[in-house]
Amino acid sequence: MHIMEGFLPSPWWEIWWAIAIPPVAYGIYKTTKLAKAYPETKPLLAIAGAFILVLSSLKLPSVTGSCSHPTGTGIAVVLFGPWITSVLSIIVLVFQATFLAHGGFTTMGANDFSMGIAGPILGYLVWRACKIAGTRGSISMFLTAALADLFTYVITGIQLAIVFQGAGGFMDSLLKFEAVYAVTQIPLSIGEGILSVLMYDFLVKYRGDLLKQIRSIAAPTETVMPRLGGETR
Amino acid sequence: MVVLFVAPFALNPGASYSGSDDQGGELIEQIQTGYKPWIQPWWQPPSSEIQSLLFSVQAALGALIIGYYIGVFKAGSGVMKADSKSKSQSEATGT
Repeated sequence: MHIMEGFLPSPWWEIWWAIAIPPVAYGIYKTTKLAKAYPETKPLLAIAGAFILVLSSLKLPSVTGSCSHPTGTGIAVVLFGPWITSVLSIIVLVFQATFLAHGGFTTMGANDFSMGIAGPILGYLVWRACKIAGTRGSISMFLTAALADLFTYVITGIQLAIVFQGAGGFMDSLLKFEAVYAVTQIPLSIGEGILSVLMYDFLVKYRGDLLKQIRSIAAPTETVMPRLGGETR
Repeated sequence: MVVLFVAPFALNPGASYSGSDDQGGELIEQIQTGYKPWIQPWWQPPSSEIQSLLFSVQAALGALIIGYYIGVFKAGSGVMKADSKSKSQSEATGT
């Protein structure tokens, strides 16, 4: 999950911050450009961000006997792409670090990388693959959201295993961390997938026109091979 | 979905259900005993109940935002339906 404040020592927390800043900066640029060109997308941005806010606040039990949080980034990814998602995610992370001692400011670079960048990028690739395969929107949404969620936690496990290797080395450590994070997350990512499909169906039904206008990859398209990389004007 | 989140309690009756965040911390302790976080959060909720409250506030805030815009979208489409209905009516009657 979110790596807690102080659990990433130097130089790692700085490194992850350095990795996270360029995507977030680009995401801020894209978000402002989008909001200026299409002010009607502001409600959609708010919804996508609020979706992340709600889902990441839920502490849900898993069959492994522990609890975890979903991420909620699936909707943001298909609506706006991974870069804008990284911005929405970091806003939620700031909220949680400030008011909940959940995650942290030093670890925010690493946390936004796992939740706002890597997970969403995988989600984006999954969505594209689904579209090329011609799968229905709802199924694509389910897979995108569930796999992005799961991948976020896989990455968190990797981030921690790099730092805390112990006597067994990196792989041993990795397996231990993934047993805690990734396995616990499986039922949660399924749940997140289902919720995301519900939200996706609603948004396409009511604002499919706007999604088409901004060339969102979520927009229902006639062709099976959508334009790669072109989401907004 | 209810089954998904109720099943854990059936399958794992004795489990502690601690958060995976805390478990991560414990795991780190195991792997590298004596690791102390080098910085503390600037503020921590005074109890787990307060933390649960704050998570609920977070969820409520997000749900409020989503619900508000769901309402806006539905109302918007209602207006468009009414518009197009009255348009086609006036076309039919020639007014």
